[in-house]
Amino acid sequence: MPRTLSSPTFEIVHHTLDNGLRVVLAPDRSAPVVGVAVLYDVGMRSEPQGRTGFAHLFEHLMFQGSANLDKLEHFRYVQSSGGVFNGSTHVDYTNYFEALPSNALERGLFLEADRMRSPRITAENLANQLDVVKNEIRVNVLNRPYGGFPWIPLPAVLFDSFANSHNGYGGFEDLDSATVEDAKDFFARYYAPANAVLAVAGDLDVDGTLALVEKHFGDLRRRRAPRRPSFAEPPLTVERRATHEDPHAPMPAVAVGYRLADPVGDLDAHLATVLLTEVLSDGDASRLQRRLVQRDRLVTDVAAYAGAFGDPFDERGPTALTITAHYPEAAALDRILAALDEEVDRVAEQGPDGGELERVRTRLASVLFRELDPVISRGLEFAKFELVHGRAELVSELPQRLAAVPPDAVRAAAARLRDSGRAVLELVAGGAA
Amino acid sequence: MNAPRVNGVVPALTAPRRARRPSVAEAVLGSGLRVIAVRKAGIPMAEVRLRLPALSSRATHPARVNLMADAMLTGAGARNRTDLAAAIQALGADLSVGVDADRLLLSANVLATNLPRLLAVLADVLGGATYPTSEVATERERLVERLTIARSRPTVVAAEELALRMWGGHPYAVDLPRVEAVAAVSAAQVRALHAALVRPHEAVLVIVGDVQPRRVLDQAARELAAWTGTRDPVRVPALPQPGGGPLRVIDRPDSVQSSLRLGRPALRRQDERYPALQLANLIFGGYFSSRWTENIREDKGYTYGPHSRIDHHVLGSVLQLDVEVATEVTAPSWLETAYELGRLATLPVTQQELDSVRQYAVGTLSLSIATQAGLASTLSSLAGAGLDLDWVLTHPARLAAVTVEDVREVAAQFFAPGGFTAVVVGDAAAITTPLARLTSLDT
Repeated sequence: MPRTLSSPTFEIVHHTLDNGLRVVLAPDRSAPVVGVAVLYDVGMRSEPQGRTGFAHLFEHLMFQGSANLDKLEHFRYVQSSGGVFNGSTHVDYTNYFEALPSNALERGLFLEADRMRSPRITAENLANQLDVVKNEIRVNVLNRPYGGFPWIPLPAVLFDSFANSHNGYGGFEDLDSATVEDAKDFFARYYAPANAVLAVAGDLDVDGTLALVEKHFGDLRRRRAPRRPSFAEPPLTVERRATHEDPHAPMPAVAVGYRLADPVGDLDAHLATVLLTEVLSDGDASRLQRRLVQRDRLVTDVAAYAGAFGDPFDERGPTALTITAHYPEAAALDRILAALDEEVDRVAEQGPDGGELERVRTRLASVLFRELDPVISRGLEFAKFELVHGRAELVSELPQRLAAVPPDAVRAAAARLRDSGRAVLELVAGGAA
Repeated sequence: MNAPRVNGVVPALTAPRRARRPSVAEAVLGSGLRVIAVRKAGIPMAEVRLRLPALSSRATHPARVNLMADAMLTGAGARNRTDLAAAIQALGADLSVGVDADRLLLSANVLATNLPRLLAVLADVLGGATYPTSEVATERERLVERLTIARSRPTVVAAEELALRMWGGHPYAVDLPRVEAVAAVSAAQVRALHAALVRPHEAVLVIVGDVQPRRVLDQAARELAAWTGTRDPVRVPALPQPGGGPLRVIDRPDSVQSSLRLGRPALRRQDERYPALQLANLIFGGYFSSRWTENIREDKGYTYGPHSRIDHHVLGSVLQLDVEVATEVTAPSWLETAYELGRLATLPVTQQELDSVRQYAVGTLSLSIATQAGLASTLSSLAGAGLDLDWVLTHPARLAAVTVEDVREVAAQFFAPGGFTAVVVGDAAAITTPLARLTSLDT
C-alpha cells in the first residue's frame, strides 16, 4: 500500500454505564448532523426452533411505541426533528438508528432509551406488523426473481445446526404462531442494556453527551446479558449439491458456499480471505470477471464475498464465503464450476500477481473510508466493531491491518478454499420463456 | 392524525447549528466543459460526476446509448479492458457509467491524492474509448441477459407500463431498450454514437472531496485539455400532458402481490409553488409519517411500504406513487389510496402536519449534502436543471414561507385522484373484479 495512504482518525471515547450498556462516542464537528445507533447482541442465529424470522419480527415491534410513546410517535418524533431512522436484523445482531440534525441529539437518545426500557408489545401491534412483515417477504422474496437468493436457501445446504441453517426471514407458519408472550420473553432475555452497544457519531460535545446518556439510559435496570452459545460447526469435508426452484427467474444462477472459521478469533486470516474475494471478483481486472465473464463468456455476472450479506465484518463464526453467478445456459454449470476451481487453484498455487494485491487493498481501503463518511454509517460501524470484534478502534486500523497481510496469506486463503468441502446450490429458473 | 406535541417527557430540540458554506470554485473551460469543485474534507476521498446531455428522439437511440454505456470502459487509448480496470483500481478508485433518457453520467470516487491521475484516465476514456468489437459483443449479450432479468421483476414491468401510458411516443416513454433492438447494435454504431455524443460542450463535471477547489480547476483544465467538440443540436418533441384515464391492468398470473403505480405531471424546482408541492407530497406519502403510510401500512398492514415522490427530468417533473400490496387487498388498497388523495385535494392539512414535513424537508436536505457522495450527486443533478449550491442553501427559507393555504391550493390541483395515470401489475383473475367495483379499468 502506498505510504501516503493515511486513515482518517476519528477520536473515540468509551464509557460503560453501571447497568452494563457500552457507549462509544465519535465526535466530528464538521457538519451539524449526528448519528445515533443501538446494537443488541441478538440476531437471526439466536432465534428459537419453531420461531424462524422472530428476531426480525421483533425488530418491527421495537418501533410500535414504548414506555412514554404511543404507536406512530417514534417515527413522528424522529422525522419532525428533521431526521431519518431505520433498523435491521443481521445474523449476529440487530440494529436501530437515527440520523438527525445535531439539535435533536437528546431527543434521539431519549427515543432509544425509551424502547430499551419497555417496548409496547400488544396483540394489535403484533398482528399489524405480522401483516407488514409478510408483505416485506412477499416483495423481497416471494414475488421477486432471485428473491432471497442465496442468503435464505444457501445456509440450509452449507450448515447443519438449526441456528446456522434456518431461514432468517421466517416461514409464514412460524411467524403466524408468534405470540405476545414470545416477544416479551425475547425482550427480557436479549434486550438488556448489558447486551447492547450505543454509538453516537458526529456533531457532539463529549462531556455533554455522556451526561445525556447517563440521564436517559442510566436508570435502566441492570439485567444479566445472556451467555452466547458456541455456534461452531466442524469444517465441511465433502461437496454438497442441491437445487432451488425459483418460479420467477428467467435464467439459472448458482451459489457456491464455503464455511469460514471464526473471523474474530483470527482476524488476520480472515483479512486474507477478504482480500482473496476482491482478487477474485472486484472489478473488470479480477480473476473471475476476466475468466468467466470476458474470456469464457459463461456468465452474465459473478461475485465473491464474505458474510451472509456481503459485509465481511458483520458476523462472528461460523460465517461463509459465497460465490454467485447468473448464467443464460443451464447446461453450463459444470463448466462454470470447473473454471472457478481452476482460478482458485491458480491463486492457491502461485498467490496473487505482483501489482494485483496492492491495487486490491488500495481500493478496499477506499471502500472502507467511504463507509465512514455518512455520520450514521460511521456510528453503525463503530458500534458493530465494538459489539462483534470487541474494539471500535479496529475501524480506523483496518487499512493498516490489510496492508500488513502478506501475499502468501492470500495464497493460503485460496488453498483453504480449494481443500475444503462446499455447498453448491443451483437455482432452477422456473420463469424461463 | 397530527404530529405529536412535546409532552414534557420527550426532550425539546436545542438551538440548531448552521452548516458551514463549503468553499467552491467554478469555471467553464475553453472546450465548453463546466467544472464545479467543492472542498469537503472528512475522509481522504474525492467524488467525481460528469454529466453529459443525452436526450434524443431517434428510435435507435435507447439501445445504442445503453450498450455504449456498458462498453465504454472496455478499452481506451493503448489500454485494454484489464489494464484500464487495473489502473483505476490502483488509484483506489471506481469508475462507472450510467444512462437515462436525459443524460449520460460517469461517476467515480478516488483517493483524493490520486484525483489528477483519475482525471487523466477519464480523459483517455472520453477522448479515446476504443469499443473493441469482441468486447462490445460480450457486453451486448450481457445487456440482453440483464434486460431479461429486469423485465422478470413486476416493479420494472409496472414502471415501463406507466411510462408508456404517460408519455406515448415521446422518448421519456422508453426507460430500458428492447432486447431485439440491442441485439441489432453493432460496435461501429456504438463508436459513432460516442463520437457524436461524448463531447464537453454543455457537459458538467462536479468534483467534491478532500481537495483544494482552485487547484482542482487547474487539474481538470490540464488533464482534459485534449477533449473537445460539440454535440449536434437535437430536436425533441415537447412533453405530452397525460391526464388520467382508466386503471390499466397488466396480468401477472399467480402474483402474490400487486404493483400499483400512479403518475402525473408535477412542478419543476424553479416554480414558486414547488416548495408547497414538495411539502404536500411529503404529507401524502413522501415520508414514513405520511398519511398514506400510516393508513395502509401501520393501520391496515396491506403493504411493506408505499412511497410517493417527485422525480425531476430535464423536460418536466413527475409526481409518482409506488406501492406493492398483497393480492387479496388490491382493491381495498386502491380505495384507501384514492381516499387519501381525495382528502388532501379537498381538505386543508393541519399546521402540525405542515410543521413536521417542513422540518423533515430541511433536515434531510442537510443530511443529503453532509457527505461527499451526496453533495456531488446533488450538485450534478441540480446542474442538469440549471440550479446550483445556492438553491440548496436558500431552499430552507422557501420551505419556511409555505402556509397551510399554499398547500391547500397546490394539493387541490395536483392530488385530485382523476388527474393520475394509473397501472397495476398483478394476478388479473384475482384483482380485476374487485377493482372494477371501484374504478373503470382497461384490461
